[in-house]
Amino acid sequence: MTLPGLFPYWVVIVLMMIGFYMVIAHGNLVLKIIGLNIFQTSVFLLYISMGKVNGGTAPIIASGFSTYSNPLPHVLILTAIVVGIATTALAATLIIRIHGAYGTIEEDEIHRQDNSL
Amino acid sequence: MIAAHFPVLQVVLPLAAAPVCVLLRREVLAWWITLATTWAVLVNAVLLLDRVTTLGPITYALGGWAAPLGIVYRIDALNGAVLLLVSAIAAVLLPYARMSVLREIGAERAALFYAALLLCMTGLMGMAATGDAFNVFVFLEISSLSTYALVAMGQDRRALTAAFQYLIMGTLGGTFILIGIGFMYAATGTLNMADLAARLPLAENQRAVQTAFAFFIVGISLKLALFPLHLWLPNAYTYAPSVVTVFLAATATKVAVYVMLRFTFDVFGVHQVFSNLTVERVFPFLAGLGVILASVSALFQINAKRSFAYSSVGQIGYIVLGIALLSPLGLTAGLLHLFNHALAKGALFMALGCLYYRLGSVSLPALAGAARQMPLTAAAFVVSGLSLIGVPLTAGFISKWYLLRATLEQDQWLLALIIVAGSLLALGYVWRVVEQLYLRPAPTDREAVRDAPWSMLAPTWTLVVANLYFGIDSRLTVGLAGQAMRALLEGAP
Amino acid sequence: MTPELAMMLAIFAPPVASLLIAATGRWPNLREAVTLLTATGLLGAVLQVLPAVQAGARPALHMLEVLPGMTLAFSAEPLGVLFALVAATLWIPTALYAIGYMRNHHAPHQTRFFACFPLALASAMGIAFADNLFTLFIFYELLTLSTYPLVAHAGTEAARRGARTYLFLLMGTSIGFLLPALIWTALVAGTLEFKSGGILAGRLSPAAAPLLYALFLFGIGKAALMPFHRWLPGAMVAPTPVSALLHAVAVVKAGVFTVLKVTYYIFGLDFLQQTGASLWLAYVAGFTLIMASLIALNQDNLKARLAYSTVSQLAYIVLGAATATAAGFMGGGLHIVMHAFGKITLFFCAGAILVASHKSRISELDGLGRRMPITFAAFAIAAVSVIGLPPGGGTWSKWLLANATAEIHQPLLLAALMLSTLLNIAYLMPVVGRAFFRPLPTGAPSGIAEAPWACLLPLCFTALASIALFFWPDPVLDLLRPLGDWPLMEGP
Repeated sequence: MTLPGLFPYWVVIVLMMIGFYMVIAHGNLVLKIIGLNIFQTSVFLLYISMGKVNGGTAPIIASGFSTYSNPLPHVLILTAIVVGIATTALAATLIIRIHGAYGTIEEDEIHRQDNSL
Repeated sequence: MIAAHFPVLQVVLPLAAAPVCVLLRREVLAWWITLATTWAVLVNAVLLLDRVTTLGPITYALGGWAAPLGIVYRIDALNGAVLLLVSAIAAVLLPYARMSVLREIGAERAALFYAALLLCMTGLMGMAATGDAFNVFVFLEISSLSTYALVAMGQDRRALTAAFQYLIMGTLGGTFILIGIGFMYAATGTLNMADLAARLPLAENQRAVQTAFAFFIVGISLKLALFPLHLWLPNAYTYAPSVVTVFLAATATKVAVYVMLRFTFDVFGVHQVFSNLTVERVFPFLAGLGVILASVSALFQINAKRSFAYSSVGQIGYIVLGIALLSPLGLTAGLLHLFNHALAKGALFMALGCLYYRLGSVSLPALAGAARQMPLTAAAFVVSGLSLIGVPLTAGFISKWYLLRATLEQDQWLLALIIVAGSLLALGYVWRVVEQLYLRPAPTDREAVRDAPWSMLAPTWTLVVANLYFGIDSRLTVGLAGQAMRALLEGAP
Repeated sequence: MTPELAMMLAIFAPPVASLLIAATGRWPNLREAVTLLTATGLLGAVLQVLPAVQAGARPALHMLEVLPGMTLAFSAEPLGVLFALVAATLWIPTALYAIGYMRNHHAPHQTRFFACFPLALASAMGIAFADNLFTLFIFYELLTLSTYPLVAHAGTEAARRGARTYLFLLMGTSIGFLLPALIWTALVAGTLEFKSGGILAGRLSPAAAPLLYALFLFGIGKAALMPFHRWLPGAMVAPTPVSALLHAVAVVKAGVFTVLKVTYYIFGLDFLQQTGASLWLAYVAGFTLIMASLIALNQDNLKARLAYSTVSQLAYIVLGAATATAAGFMGGGLHIVMHAFGKITLFFCAGAILVASHKSRISELDGLGRRMPITFAAFAIAAVSVIGLPPGGGTWSKWLLANATAEIHQPLLLAALMLSTLLNIAYLMPVVGRAFFRPLPTGAPSGIAEAPWACLLPLCFTALASIALFFWPDPVLDLLRPLGDWPLMEGP
C-alpha cells in the first residue's frame, strides 16, 4: 500500500473535514448545506475508492476487458447520491421557508429573534 | 400465498399508499387511505409476529434474489415485536390524527402530511424488517427525510429551524452510518447482515472492523438521541405538530434502538464489541448521565411538550442502561422499557395534543385549571404520567422493576441509584403539570372549552388503558421481551 | 359469607362506592347515606373475617400474577385483621364527623372529598390483607395517591405546598428506598411472601442486614421516621376529618403496620436478634421519639402539636418493632389500636374547637372548657391515653414497649420512653389546663357553644373507647397472642 496509492483516501479525509467544519463553524444556513454536501461527497469518494480494483476498468461489460472494478459500491453510491439530493432539496426548501419567516438565514440572527420573544 | 409476502407487505403497503394520498388531494380521502393502510399494516404485523413466534424466524428474499447477493428481509421475535409496536402506535394514532391535523396543519396540506407520515412509516418498517446493512441506511434516510418534513409542518416558525437543525444532525448521523457500512463492506465484501456476522470476526483487518463499529455507533446514537447526541430532539419534539410528536416519541427512537441492538449483538457479536472495546464502560456512563441531566432539564421547562421531550431523552437513557448491562435480565429490562415507554409517552403526548387542541398552547401557565373543563384529558395525562414515573399497576412500573432487578443483580449500585433518581425527577416534572391542571384556578381570560373530541379522546384512552392493562397483566410484554432477548443473544444468523 | 368473599368486598367494594358518591353529588343527603352505608358495610365485612382468624385459620385469596414470581394475593392474619378492624371501625365515626364538619364549614368540593375517602380506605384494606410484600407495595402507593386529593383539598397555595411535600416525601421514600429494598429482598430470598420467621434467614449476610432493614424503615415513609417525617405536619393543611382518619389512623398506621409486617414476616425476630440489624434503628426511633416531642412543645397551632405528637407516637411502634422482641411486637400492635382511638379523639376535638369557635391556636383556648365541656373532657381522656397513664388504654402498650427495651438491655431507650411520657404530659395537659382553669379572655364572643352533635357524638365514642380499652385490652391481646408466642407459631 504505497502513499500515492492512498491518495484517494487522503482526499476523502480532507473533504470530510472541510465539510464537517463548514457545517459546524458557519452560521449561514446555505453554507451549512454546502458543507453537508461536501461531507457526503467525501463518503461517496470513499466507497468508490474502495471499489477500485487494481488494473480494473469501469464496471461496464465490454469486450476486451476481463478485470472490472467492483460495481456494488457504485450502485450503493448512486443510491446515496439520490438520498443526498433529496436531503439538499429538502434543506433548500426549509431555508426558503425560514427566510420567509425570519427574514434572514444567519443562525445567530435567527437565535436572536427567537430568544427575544 | 399472501402469507409468504407478509414481510414485504409491511413495507410496501405504506410506500404505495403515500403517492396515492398525494394524488388524491382531498383531506378526507387521504385520511381514509392512511387509516386503512395503517390498520392493514397492523393486521399484517400481528399475523407476522404470530408466525414468527410459533414457526421461528422468517427470511424473505426480495425479488427472489437469494442472499448474500440479494436483499433479504429477516423477521425474528425481536424485529417482529418492533414492527408490531410501530404498526400499533400508527393504527391508534390515525383516528386521533384527523382533528389534530385539521387544527394544526389545515385541510389544504393535510394530504401531503399523511403522505409524509406514510413514508415515515415505510422507512421505520423497512429499517426494522431488513436483513441487509445498506438497506438499513436507505430506509433510515427515507424515514429521516420524511420526519424532517413532518417536523417542519408545525405551526410555530421555530418548527422550521428545529427541522433544519434536525436535518443537519440527522444527515451527519446517517452519513456516519454510511461510513460504518462502507468499512464493514471493505472488511468483508458483503452487506447481508447474517453474512457479515459470520465474516466480521474473521476479517483480516480488525482495525477496519473497529472503525466501522465506531462510526456506526456514533451515527445510530445520534438517531436514538443518546446523550450527548440528543440536541436535536427537544426542539424537534416541541415544535412539531402534536401527531408527529406522538409518533416520533413512540416509534422513531425505538426503531433506532432496535438497529443498534441488531448490529451490536448480531452483526458485530457481543464479545467483539464488549471485550475488545470498552463500550461497556462508556455506554452506561453516557446513559446514566443522560438520565440525570435530561430529567433535571425537564424540571425547568415552561413548555410542557418540551419538558417531556427532555424526559424522552432520559427514558432512552434507561433503555440503553438496561442493554449496556449485557445480562439477559438487563437486555430484557431494556426491551421491556422500549415497549412500555412507547405506550406511556405515546399516551402522554396524545393527552398533551388534546390539551393543545382546545387550549391552543401547552405552556404551563396556559394549562392552569384545565382539569375542570377537560376532565378526561387531564385524567389521561395523570395515568400516563404515573406510568412514566413507574407507579405500581402501570406498565412503567414493570419495566422499572426489571431495570432495578437487573442492576441490583449485577451489584451495580450506582446505576440502581440513577434509575431511582430518574424516577424521582420524573415525579417532579410530571407533578408540575398535574398541579397546574388540577390545583390552579383557570385564567380569567380563557374562554370556556369542552373536553377534547371523542375521535381524539378514544385513542388516547386506548393507550392509557393499555398502560394499565400491561401494568397488571405483564405476561404478554414480558414474554415478548424475553423471546426477543433470546432471539438476539442466541440469534443464529 | 366466607372470609375470602368478605376480604374481596372489603377491598373492591369501596371504589364502587366512590363512583356512586361521585354520581350522587347533587343530592347531598343521598351522597352522605352512601358514605355511611359503605362504612358500615366495610366494618361488617371485616367482622366476617375476624372469627376465622381468631380460630387460627388463614383465609387466602390468590388473584393474578403481575410479574413472574410476584402475585397480587390477599390473606388474613391477626395483625392485618387488627389494622383492618381499627380502620373500618373508625371510619364510621369519622364519616359522621366529616359530614357535620364539612356542612358547618360550608366547604366546597364536598363530593370530591367524600369520593376519595372510600378509595383511601380500600387501599388501607389492601395493605392490611396483603399476602405478600409486592401486593402491599401496590396498595401502599395507591394509598398515597388516593389521599393526595384530600390533602390538597383546600386548593390554596398553602394546601398545594403541603400536598406537594406530602406526595414527594412519601413517593420519594417509597421509590427511592422501599422499592430497591423490595427488589433486593426478592433477589436474595426469591420471593416476597410473608412467612412467620421471615424469609431472609440464611439467605442474607449479617453484614447486609442492617442496611436492608434501614432501607425498609426509611422507605416506609408513612411511619414518619425522622428525617422523613415532614410530610405529616405538612399535611395538616387538610380539613380536620382528613387529618383525623388518615393521619391519625389510616395512613400513619399503614406505615407502622408495614414496619411491623416487615420486621416480623420478612426479617423474622430471630434473624434480627441474631444479626442485631435493627438496633441502630431502634436508636433512630428513640431519637425521633424525643425530638418530635420537643418540637411539639414548641407548637402553638393545635393541629401542628398533635401532628408532631403523632410522629413521636409512631416512633414508639417503630421502636417496638426494632427491638425484635415479642413484647415489642405485641406492644407495637397494641399501640396501633390505643393510639388510633386516642389520637382520633384529639383531632376530632381540635376540629370541633375550630368549627365552634374558629380558634386554632392553643394560646387562644383559655377558658373555652367552660363553654365546650364535653369536647375538652374528651380531649382530656384521650390525652391521658396517649400519654400512657391509667385509665387510658395507652398504658398497656407503653408498658409492653418498656418491657421490650428492658429485654434487649437498652436502658437508654427505656429512659427515652420515660422521658417521652413526661414530655407528652407537658405538651398535652396544658391544653386541658388552659381550657378549664383559666378564665375566658375579656371580649370573647359570647356565642361560642358546644360543637354540633354530628361532631360531638363521634368524639365521645372514641374517647370512651379509649377508656374501655384500658379495662378490656384482652380481645386485642388475644388476637395478637399467637404471634407473640413465637416461636410456637407455624407459618401464617
